[in-house]
Amino acid sequence: MNIARHSRLNTLAMHGALIVYTLIALFPVFVILINSFKSRRAIFREPLALPDAESFSMIGYQTVMKQGDFLLYFQNSLIVTVVSLFFVLLFGAMAAFALSEYRFRGNTLMGLYLALGIMIPIRIGTVAILDMMVATGLVNTLWALILVYTAQGLPLAVFILTEFMRQVSDDLKNAGRIDGLSEFTIFFRLVLPLVRPAMATVAVFNMIPIWNDLWFPLILAPAEATKTLTLGSQVFIGQFVTDWNAVLSALSLAILPVLVLYVIFSRQLIRGITSGAVK
Amino acid sequence: MTALTLTQICKSFGPVDVLKNIDLSVEEGEFVVFVGPSGCGKSTLLRVIAGLEDATSGEVRIGGQRVNTTPPAKRGIAMVFQSYALYPHLTVRGNMALALKQEGQSRATIDARIAEASRMLNLEPYLDRRPSELSGGQRQRVAIGRAIVRQPQLFLFDEPLSNLDAALRINTRLEIANLHRTLKGAMIYVTHDQTEAMTLADKIVVLRDGRVEQVGSPMDLYNNPANRFVAGFLGAPAMNFIDAATVGGPAGHSLGIRPEHLHIGADGPLSGQVTHVERLGGDTNVFVEAGTDQPLTIRLFGQHDIAIGSSIGLGYDPRQALLFDAEGQRRPH
Repeated sequence: MNIARHSRLNTLAMHGALIVYTLIALFPVFVILINSFKSRRAIFREPLALPDAESFSMIGYQTVMKQGDFLLYFQNSLIVTVVSLFFVLLFGAMAAFALSEYRFRGNTLMGLYLALGIMIPIRIGTVAILDMMVATGLVNTLWALILVYTAQGLPLAVFILTEFMRQVSDDLKNAGRIDGLSEFTIFFRLVLPLVRPAMATVAVFNMIPIWNDLWFPLILAPAEATKTLTLGSQVFIGQFVTDWNAVLSALSLAILPVLVLYVIFSRQLIRGITSGAVK
Repeated sequence: MTALTLTQICKSFGPVDVLKNIDLSVEEGEFVVFVGPSGCGKSTLLRVIAGLEDATSGEVRIGGQRVNTTPPAKRGIAMVFQSYALYPHLTVRGNMALALKQEGQSRATIDARIAEASRMLNLEPYLDRRPSELSGGQRQRVAIGRAIVRQPQLFLFDEPLSNLDAALRINTRLEIANLHRTLKGAMIYVTHDQTEAMTLADKIVVLRDGRVEQVGSPMDLYNNPANRFVAGFLGAPAMNFIDAATVGGPAGHSLGIRPEHLHIGADGPLSGQVTHVERLGGDTNVFVEAGTDQPLTIRLFGQHDIAIGSSIGLGYDPRQALLFDAEGQRRPH
């Protein structure tokens, strides 16, 4: 920290504000976590107390493990999220490369058309999507969800990545062309690594809504074999009785994979490998 | 043999004509510099030669072969870019090896060529570093090394020194001149800096608005510019232009006098007030307000003590002055 430009008071105030914000943001997660380890009575009596010898209970986790096939739900959610993200990033980056790199008739129009999807929520088309899935026999398959989420994520991905790819130096791409690299190699080996931070941003933006989505799993793939975690957790929430231990435990478990994915992407967010490529 | 022949090259981006009927030939081993103000089309011309842009019409021949439809990698060229354009994920060695691997050269050939290039450019200690760990000058040397290892028929340089600081620029300029002597390949070098053009070139091509204004050796262009643009573009400080009528010349014409051809003397036909003096140690540049459109610049050798605001007379040798007509074309006098 540069002493000349930062007074101690400013630093304190800045860190204070950040710490307060962190506490506020983490508080709900904290409450979920501690209560998932408590007995039902302890949850209602003292929701903010830490679990102690008396109130400690694994009953929630036991219920989750017994009820339904939670490992399968986990697996489904993970497959859907990872594969959707892969396709969103792959196709989004390819479209963005074409839009930013090649001069062709209708380039701008195509870009606008692809960006239009950001403004129109895909859920408006749910009935039509369900029709299509029934017609193609994809209902109750993970592919139904993957296709929908890919379509849902593409507009924003194309929009963000196009802007970033415009900033990749033309000289670098031309150097590749002169050295005899194919357009595919230029795309995969030169351009993609340079827009990695943007890819990570797109991935994080898309990951959370896909992971947490209840709507499409409920409509397109409600079968036992294709249930996602969010859908699977709904069994514990009843109209009259809710098994809070189980709900909180399921939620706590659901945080883990997202946390892992987020850590992977956020490492990319901060890695500045572009330095040194061009001045 | 002719390394490069351009015949009637035109290039348009939509309605904008960037290059207009360019004819040019570059001989084997020749160092040709394209020079001109920004936007004159010199970089576009280089990209057409490299194959990064297609010519709208006209023919590009490299080493006698028509290459209009040949991809850049197969044209027998190598290019050095202004922004270095090194591959950030590869080491210095990897950067130099990539094109050779693409050509399918053997491991031994690749190693030998890299060893030779890195020896020439003093890059041996850095072969296993990545571009981000190198300084600007080192990066530019790697970029040059990447071109050398390909042993091309034609080297293309696109303003390679623009990103370097002044001292490094002079060093690298010398290095490029030495390389040209060692490699004996034909080189085309694009710059907007007339000093680089004058110091490096066997042949200078002055471009303006997509047209070739004049082609010739540096001294040829300096002493015998074909028009007022070339006269004013080459030489620093720039040539002085005065209305020919004020010194008894034909009306509408202008007279161009190099700053070093003006001398201070009370008997001269011009006079004015000193507005500024630049003392460079070896030279002294004196700026004089003499009632002309632009203040006159006089370049004196050695150190002179001239007070700002003093009135001085200026003379010149009429044989060293150049006459230009109203269109800017050179006229004998």
